[in-house]
Amino acid sequence: MKFKVNGNEVFASTGGRPFDKNKPLIIFVHGSGLTHMTWVLQTRYFAFHGYSVLALDMPGHGLSGGKSLKSIEDMADWINSVIDAVGYKEASLVGHSQGCLVTIECTSRYPNKIKTLSLMGGAGAIPMNPELLQLAENNDPKAVDLMMDWAHGPAGHFGGHPVPGLYHINTGGMLAKSRTIKDTLGVDFRACDNYKNGFEAAKKIKIPTLSILATGDKMCPIKEGKKLADLIEKSKVEIIDNCGHMMLLEEADRVLKVLKDFITNNYPSLSK
Amino acid sequence: MSDKTKKTTDPKTYKFDTLSLHAGYQPHKNAGSRQVPIYQTTSYLFDDVDHAAALFNLERGGHIYSRISNPTVGVLEERVASLEGGTAALATSSGMSAIFLTVMTLCEAGDHLVVSSQLYGGTVNLFRLTLPKFGIKCTFVKPRDTEGFKKAIQKNTKGIFGELVGNPGNEIMNMPEIAKIAHDAGIPLIIDATYQTPYLCKPFEHGADIVVHSLTKWMAGHGSSMAGILVEGGNFDWMQNDKFPTMTKPYEGYHGLSFAEEFGPTAFTMKARAEGMRDFGPCLSPQNAWNVLQGIETLSVRMKKHCSNAEEMVKYLLGHESVAWVSHPSVPDHPDHELAKKLLPNGRGSMIAFGIKGGKDAGVAFINNVKLASHLANVGDTRTLVIHPASGTHSQMDEATLKFAGLSHDMIRLSVGIEDIDDIKNDFEVGFRAARKPRLVSNQ
Repeated sequence: MKFKVNGNEVFASTGGRPFDKNKPLIIFVHGSGLTHMTWVLQTRYFAFHGYSVLALDMPGHGLSGGKSLKSIEDMADWINSVIDAVGYKEASLVGHSQGCLVTIECTSRYPNKIKTLSLMGGAGAIPMNPELLQLAENNDPKAVDLMMDWAHGPAGHFGGHPVPGLYHINTGGMLAKSRTIKDTLGVDFRACDNYKNGFEAAKKIKIPTLSILATGDKMCPIKEGKKLADLIEKSKVEIIDNCGHMMLLEEADRVLKVLKDFITNNYPSLSK
Repeated sequence: MSDKTKKTTDPKTYKFDTLSLHAGYQPHKNAGSRQVPIYQTTSYLFDDVDHAAALFNLERGGHIYSRISNPTVGVLEERVASLEGGTAALATSSGMSAIFLTVMTLCEAGDHLVVSSQLYGGTVNLFRLTLPKFGIKCTFVKPRDTEGFKKAIQKNTKGIFGELVGNPGNEIMNMPEIAKIAHDAGIPLIIDATYQTPYLCKPFEHGADIVVHSLTKWMAGHGSSMAGILVEGGNFDWMQNDKFPTMTKPYEGYHGLSFAEEFGPTAFTMKARAEGMRDFGPCLSPQNAWNVLQGIETLSVRMKKHCSNAEEMVKYLLGHESVAWVSHPSVPDHPDHELAKKLLPNGRGSMIAFGIKGGKDAGVAFINNVKLASHLANVGDTRTLVIHPASGTHSQMDEATLKFAGLSHDMIRLSVGIEDIDDIKNDFEVGFRAARKPRLVSNQ
């Protein structure tokens, strides 16, 4: 569906169901340079199981208007504005990669609005490889190729997509190239590199939090994810083995099982 | 290290020859079986009712029924998608069913396609005679008439279709220019790249949006199994206009799903599978998928030999007294010689068309007397194949259609195999000797 935030049009997938304000809201926040489509194997499930879902395209990404936001803090405030714009007082947040930084910051800033937090491939800081950052800011498609290489584990490199016939690396690459690389990936990478408040924000989080980490994650190594999780009071960690950073697609079923157990226990669909 | 010598890091993603052997398959998820297992089953257990509902509703990935998808077939689909540089693929029971499914996913009754005139005879008949029965009309344009493709586009045109190198005359479509024409009109370019395989050309790199193959041919190579596939490039924006409502609007068959919104770069394949395989059902058997996978493992090795043998045969035919003309993109005076260098840098393919002196009777005598070369209705086998199109593959065409398709009665279509090149030439000498005495041979 489309709606406006700060005067700009926002696109969010509702998981294939009409948006229903009577159901509890889960907001999915994608990683650097990507779009709502990375969440398709989680959002449709929740949308058909009692939740209202918004898998957002961040400003300037995917089908959303406006320009990419330049800081994680701005993105966190923007998520808060999204909750207001769709007429909710609270939501659960799910983030992947950069989306983890955004949702951590958002939760620390708006503690009364966020009911649960789920982090996939997260870390307290995501300092960028300087070469990768430069390639993305120079609009070089090689930035996407490198990101796809580093972000995928065995399922990405060999194959074995949960949806028959889909090929991970090329699909992810096409998502990341759907808009101008320097305006999406370049801006996002710089925002991640500049963000230094992740560990402090984590200390302020008092809501149930789930960290899903993957043993083969080269972008946000598992030890970084654990370091972050250790700072969050009500934190639960789940490890997905033999999987890379794109766990939400590479091991979509395992991720969905962990996520639905966590969310349905801590934010039941009939709670509202 | 100075800036001049500093090299940027290169991605370590697997390259073509490695993908040919490994893409789409992880042994540790299949009992450690090094070879891809043949999942000879119709259906798959659901964990519970919720799991079943989630699979039917595209909430989760997985297999339901082998008409829709099958794990062995899935390996083949991912492998071909990886080799083509595509986002997704859908394998079918034959190349023709891949084309049919592509058209039916793209078009509705009342729609129109612009189609190259130089196609396999079966494809011509599909577009000329069968699709109109579904309310889909086509305008045929000669493959070299790039401007003609533009002129033929109508308001209801939903795509441009062609074989990159036309069958059997070896005319080459200017794919980059025709892709631009298609994209300027907001429609996709669909390329049948059967003759090339992704070893010789990756059409997505030249602007194509959907690629179809008869996998029966060079991809498999062994001539044992029928199979086809459609592959999606993932770059076409279905939401840029209102031409493709079945891609962009809520689809009743899946609770109001918009394929383009939900699946973006894989939307076309998702729709082709969810709707097309469900409703038409031209599924590939797991055994045939496995057979094709065996061929793909050696694709680049075979294609190199196909191409080197073809270039040898071109030289041989050009110098032969019984040959009136030779059409192959490697021939310098072939009208598309320069375009072929650009689009087919790894080799110009192994299909040769040549005219035999003495016309139709000589052609028949030649075909009837070669022994090593097989006379049959196929191309892209590891064995050398010959046919006389006017009396074989294109025999259902009338005289005018034959002419429009660039066919002549003296034409022999040669699919060069990977036998020893001297043996192929020696066999052809027997055929040519007989062709010089057509009356005597035909009376035997």
